[in-house]
Amino acid sequence: MALLEVKNLEVSFETPDGVVQAVNGMSFTLDQGETLAIVGESGAGKSQMVLAFMGLLAENGSVRGEALFHGNDLLKMKPRGLNGIRGKQIAMIFQDPMTSLNPFLTIEKQMAEVVMHHQGLRREEAKAHAVEMLRAVRIPDPEERIKQYPHEYSGGMRQRVMIAIGLLCEPELLIADEPSTALDVTVQAQITELVSELRKQTRMSLMLITHDLAAVAEVADRIIVMYAGEAVETGGVDDIFYRPQHPYTRGLLASVPRLDRASDDELQAIPGNPPNLQELPEGCRFRDRCTEAMEQCRKRPPLWVSDDGRSSRCFLPMEGGRTLQNATEPEHDE
Amino acid sequence: MRQEGLLRHAAVRLLGLIPTLLVLITIAFFLIRMAPGGPFDGEKVLPPEIRANLDANYHLDEPLLQQYFRYLGQIITGDFGPSFQYKDWTVNELIAQGFPVSATVGGLAMLLAFVLGTLIGTVAALRQNTAVDYSVMGVAMLGISIPNFVVAPLLILGLAVYAGWLPAGGWDWSWQRMILPVITLALPAIAYIARLTRGSMIEVLHSNYIRTARAKGLPESLVIRRHAFKPAILPVISYMGPATAALITGSVVVERIYSIPGLGSYFVQGALNRDYTLVMGVVVFYGVVIVVLNFIVDLLYAWLNPRIRYSEAP
Ligand SMILES: Nc1ncnc2c1ncn2[C@@H]1O[C@H](COP(=O)(O)OP(=O)(O)OP(=O)(O)O)[C@@H](O)[C@H]1O
Ligand code: SF4
Ligand SMILES: [Mg+2]
Repeated sequence: MALLEVKNLEVSFETPDGVVQAVNGMSFTLDQGETLAIVGESGAGKSQMVLAFMGLLAENGSVRGEALFHGNDLLKMKPRGLNGIRGKQIAMIFQDPMTSLNPFLTIEKQMAEVVMHHQGLRREEAKAHAVEMLRAVRIPDPEERIKQYPHEYSGGMRQRVMIAIGLLCEPELLIADEPSTALDVTVQAQITELVSELRKQTRMSLMLITHDLAAVAEVADRIIVMYAGEAVETGGVDDIFYRPQHPYTRGLLASVPRLDRASDDELQAIPGNPPNLQELPEGCRFRDRCTEAMEQCRKRPPLWVSDDGRSSRCFLPMEGGRTLQNATEPEHDE
Repeated sequence: MRQEGLLRHAAVRLLGLIPTLLVLITIAFFLIRMAPGGPFDGEKVLPPEIRANLDANYHLDEPLLQQYFRYLGQIITGDFGPSFQYKDWTVNELIAQGFPVSATVGGLAMLLAFVLGTLIGTVAALRQNTAVDYSVMGVAMLGISIPNFVVAPLLILGLAVYAGWLPAGGWDWSWQRMILPVITLALPAIAYIARLTRGSMIEVLHSNYIRTARAKGLPESLVIRRHAFKPAILPVISYMGPATAALITGSVVVERIYSIPGLGSYFVQGALNRDYTLVMGVVVFYGVVIVVLNFIVDLLYAWLNPRIRYSEAP
């Protein structure tokens, strides 16, 4: 059984100017020990998808579908049940290290409370454990620094603290929601490396959420490419990098700097912007920006799947794939 | 390092208080002198010689500016002079009589306002946009907008005259006589603090660090107590300074209505009788109280907020 199985997850937000459809029919599985990357531009719905099954959506948000963790649906759990899983079996590292730690509490308090609550450790044991964890994420002089407040840490250090907090209870699943802008690129690369290195020492599964395809090339087993709330392509890391099927994935790859390309002026971001989530177009959501758009793309594109777990939603055929009949798919339009 | 910074911060702030007090004293001094009449314009007209004698005795015959500097020199030593009205009393003695009473009522009112205000505000924030929220905040709005000289008679009528549960006024240091004045005085502050707390609590609950706390699997009650409460009451802490000033103003009215022998009663009496020294004494004394309390609140705020760096303080 998969560790996490998400089925037809839908997230929408009520706003004064209408309903925002942030996530549409996301389905995927995550096995034990696997590293799954969710890649997509800003606003693709990556964070909201995860927040939804963690029970952390804003009040104006609502979620439908299923998120089975060890076969139990997280979306149907009572607060007490969910709290027994959050922070203990599933830990989450948030996007913005500058605001995700409580500025009024010392790092010690913010770390110790996790193990005291979930594992019933006493304060002294909890502190000792927290110090070890800070050491593991390479915070220098952890015995002293643990007494400090977040504002005494740099952005990269705070991100490390967030990781340390996430790992305190040795969770089965760690979700790292990476910032698109908050940190500089080299710090970000170090952090990603650190997370995946720490992961290797355990049987932990990892979900990496990023806008940067290149950042996960080394560490991910599988990749889901998200666009406007949907998975447009799913595949193993080699499939995505060497045999991309969907025009959006190819566009993303063209904007990734690579050693085998001469200069970086060949880099091209995909022109245009994602569609407005309040008035999603009927046909393919990528149509306005797609270089291969055809007349039929005004209709909803089919989903291609293959036996080795790849998928693509496009009118262009996927190599080695077969289409799922649209009729067997759930409707999203009520 | 933090301690040291805090001390320096305190010293700088204290020095800054002196000009404030000086301005207060100056304005009060000339304002009371501008009011028509004087301390000896009583019922019976005094013979001119006696009048001149009295004026000379109290230096009222000197030019105003000279009196002003004489007064400044005097209060620097902590001496507010003799009262014009209460012949055998010095102003210092009157203050020593009245202040403990006023401070008890005011302190209790402040405590009540803080506890109830933050509690109500937090409940309203947690029940945001529900019937509970709307009704609590509606009542709070009333609390702010109805003046205490209207609230007091209503309370007296309801709880003292009709129900007979509590005495209508007077003072003997018993808790029964404290209840109504304390409630009257606290009501507007409760309402204001509740609104402040509700607003900042809602804001704090939307912050990223609260989301982190929830993601840790902490129960919601712990999230609120440990992670949200302190940041949410910071605006309330900074309001405590102005609240003291408002409370002291309110106490002047409330002490009159409930016949409480506090400083406010002396102040009103002094103002009516042009008892220059008494009025000035109360004004300066309350000025110092407000300034000192503001100073303490400021330190408390700095102490509660680890992000404040004292070296940058003005
Ligand atoms: N509370 C909310 N109310 C309305 N819309 C919201 C709300 N929260 C998020 N959204 C919208 O949902 C969409 C998806 O947001 P999400 O945070 O999942 O993007 P993302 O893929 O994580 O992007 P980024 O890489 O910038 O973090 C965005 O268009 C965002 O504006
Ligand atoms: S369905 Fe059409 S428009 Fe959409 S990605 Fe495929 S080719 Fe492009
Ligand atoms: Mg995001």
